[in-house]
Amino acid sequence: VAELLDLCQRIAGLARAGEEVEVYASRREMTSIRVYEGRVESFTSAAPYGVGIRVISDGRQGFASAGSLDEALLTRTLSEARDNVRFAQPDEHLGLPTPDGLRRPELDLFRPEAASMPAEDKIARLLELERLTLSMDKRIRIGRDLTWSDSVGEQALASTAGVSSWGRGSTCWMSVSTIADENGSSQTGASLTYGRSPSELTPEDAAGEAVQKALRMLGARKPSSAHVTAILEPNIALAFLRVIGRTLSGESVLKGRSPFADRVGEAIAAPILTLVDDPTDPRSMGAWPDDDEGLASRRNVLIEEGTLKGFLYDTYAARRAGTASTGSAVRGYSTTPSVSTRALSLLPGTGTQDDLIASVDSGVLVQSVTGLHSGVSPVSGDFSVGAAGLRIRHGALDEPVQEMTIASTLQRMLQDVVAVGSDLRWFGDSAGVTLAIGDVSLGGT
Amino acid sequence: LIDEAVIARVLEAGLRGGAEFAEIFAEDRNAATARLEEDRVEELTSHLTSGAGVRVVHGETTGFAHTADLSEEALVAAARVAASAAGGSGEARRVAELGGRGPTERPSTQGGDKARAVQLLQRANENARAGGSQIRQASAGWGRIERRILVANSDGLLATDEATRTRFGIQCVASGDTGLQTGSRSVGRTMDFELFDEVDVADLASDAARKAITKLDARPAPSGSLPVVIAAGGGAVLFHEACGHPLEADIVGKSASVFKGRMGERVASDKVTLVDDGRMSTEWGWFAIDDEGRPSQRNVLIDRGVVTGYMWDFLRARKQGRASSGNGRRQTYQHLPMVRMSNTFLENGDEDPDEIIASTSRGVYIAQFGGGQVNPATGDFVFGTTEAYMIERGRITHPIRDANLIGNCVDVLARIDAVGNDFAMYPGGGMCGKDGQTAPVGMGTPTLRVSSLTIGGTARG
Repeated sequence: VAELLDLCQRIAGLARAGEEVEVYASRREMTSIRVYEGRVESFTSAAPYGVGIRVISDGRQGFASAGSLDEALLTRTLSEARDNVRFAQPDEHLGLPTPDGLRRPELDLFRPEAASMPAEDKIARLLELERLTLSMDKRIRIGRDLTWSDSVGEQALASTAGVSSWGRGSTCWMSVSTIADENGSSQTGASLTYGRSPSELTPEDAAGEAVQKALRMLGARKPSSAHVTAILEPNIALAFLRVIGRTLSGESVLKGRSPFADRVGEAIAAPILTLVDDPTDPRSMGAWPDDDEGLASRRNVLIEEGTLKGFLYDTYAARRAGTASTGSAVRGYSTTPSVSTRALSLLPGTGTQDDLIASVDSGVLVQSVTGLHSGVSPVSGDFSVGAAGLRIRHGALDEPVQEMTIASTLQRMLQDVVAVGSDLRWFGDSAGVTLAIGDVSLGGT
Repeated sequence: LIDEAVIARVLEAGLRGGAEFAEIFAEDRNAATARLEEDRVEELTSHLTSGAGVRVVHGETTGFAHTADLSEEALVAAARVAASAAGGSGEARRVAELGGRGPTERPSTQGGDKARAVQLLQRANENARAGGSQIRQASAGWGRIERRILVANSDGLLATDEATRTRFGIQCVASGDTGLQTGSRSVGRTMDFELFDEVDVADLASDAARKAITKLDARPAPSGSLPVVIAAGGGAVLFHEACGHPLEADIVGKSASVFKGRMGERVASDKVTLVDDGRMSTEWGWFAIDDEGRPSQRNVLIDRGVVTGYMWDFLRARKQGRASSGNGRRQTYQHLPMVRMSNTFLENGDEDPDEIIASTSRGVYIAQFGGGQVNPATGDFVFGTTEAYMIERGRITHPIRDANLIGNCVDVLARIDAVGNDFAMYPGGGMCGKDGQTAPVGMGTPTLRVSSLTIGGTARG
């Protein structure tokens, strides 16, 4: 169990006088299975691992990583990190965190059955998902994705500043994509189901959703341009919240890349909106007892009833901003820590998605967006994305629409939230609800 | 990377369950990065990885296992896992005698040099800062990756290759009355430091600063359908995404492409010829052999408006009884290969680019697309712009804010009504994502016009 931590401690123990060293290691065992037309197309099995080493001396930082657990190679990797220090310029804010006294939450994130399930059973579960999906409607076929994945992993961290942590977790998930064909045109849908163990998967729900998403878009046309209320499905609301989450990173703020810098204490959103990042919530696949610098995880409120409460920090960003880390450091073994949300979630409001739709006279239910990465500037907050969904008229869903664009700014969008749904749904490491946004400019013909 | 006798024994272990094909892909990767932010060289990093993936094919099923341990014991164990994952229990096939190509000749590269990378970052930073008083922030990054690969399979193929890729990028943030705007430039080639004999990072930096400052005056983009003129090079990602992906054989094979069953059909005017060419020396998507050991080649995908070819990897081609087109690539040894593009471009036309703009009464000029994505099953796509202008009465007028363009690839091909004679590759070193894997890809276009595309701006009225 502690083997990986021992290794980290031994490498950190090679630190020279005046040198801070932090060693992070991760290792996992995973399988991934793809099925196509009733047969296993590929079956992957592997146990990847790696170590990242950060060295700070004379106020400079260097980093090196290796996809290896070989002690001799890791000793050389430490030397390489040390060599990299020479070329960096000093920064008084650099330094490794010392434990801040906050207790690590006890989280139960590991289920042995995620790894021990026989391969045939995994394949059978996936074939069942395929069968369920196809049985729902004869216009449906499976798209390019019908996948099973599971992973059990551990990570360890040791530093000369007194950090010593180890944890493990498991995940497994299945995803399916669909294509619906009718009258020579096609629409696509997708869904996934996941959990910490295979028993938590709900293939019926995933099949139903992947089928419904494709079917209800059949016959979609480009709408005419209009200003409407947009109802965002939970996963779409979440996609925007993740972008907003990035602008609430202390790192972005310090680097002048957040439209919300200097606005702590101000009403930046509608008062019905509360946004938290809580990696102690085990429903999030991002939950972990500590962050990737070894500080205990904690619940951070970002926006409370519309008011910006604060930003997220790792150790470096916190020192620069003259505050304390919020336990928001995230990394893989091949990168240095950076600030990120770990379990972003909106607090659910009142009303189901149907209630929200019923309250809209002229609107659009958005079920997919494209171009969020290219179409949103987290610096200025401007965004413009491609969207598809269903037109809403007089409180009811109407015809499917596609090839439209939605454009606004993140700042305005937050202020324009007119309703928050009660239908909280987790998607891996973050959760969304149905959101209604007033006065959105819809670009069509 | 691995001794030939060991390779033979690993492949044998892979075939033991009666599989018809076994392959070992070994990789050694040495990467380095350096980053400058806020006038300070923040950090240099080094990354070393090596390992091998063993693929075993039995009927329709591929078994795959990978390991970071290149010892014979670990490789044979991986081969057994892959063989068992592929299933089957027939008579073992014999491994064909290993032969084929030795190391591929490439121009010699100069060694990596941390001090030199730091100098480049500082030069770029100084020039970005000098770009104007509105520049608030500048950040620059340099990255270099050296990759050696070995591919051997039970058909007797043994091939090795090595390549060095270098990328340099700079981003500026400008501040004005309208808020913050960013401008960025990057360059990526399959070269080492000699890249910087061809490209001066100072020019990149000045251009990034200019873009950010120009955007401060940008007005909201229009909303609706308009003619769009796409600049040489900067617009190439549209054709990579919207036309390239749907012409990948794995996507076509799963009937998830709008181009399925359209071989030989006219999809565009005579002016449109789309090519994927992995042999374009020193370009970002250049490689001598693909990650299945096949030599890269030039493939014409759309010839004067008619669909003439798909791109193939080895496995899918083999099922069809045809040759791979040299498009089997993988992100690392931990990934299965799949069909990927190399350098994808629209060939030169014969029109004067200035005339294309002059003959557009009202439209949008896209100097540079940002990222984009396409749904190959429907052909629907979306692309962000990072530098765009209005065209009014045949002249480029004011800059417009970043906006997304949406459309359908079949429609776009059919609506290309002018193709310029000023072909250029996109210099920036683009990374293409597909099914969770990224790959460096090159792309190019001349200036061209699409008669109508939807732009999603915020301008009212």
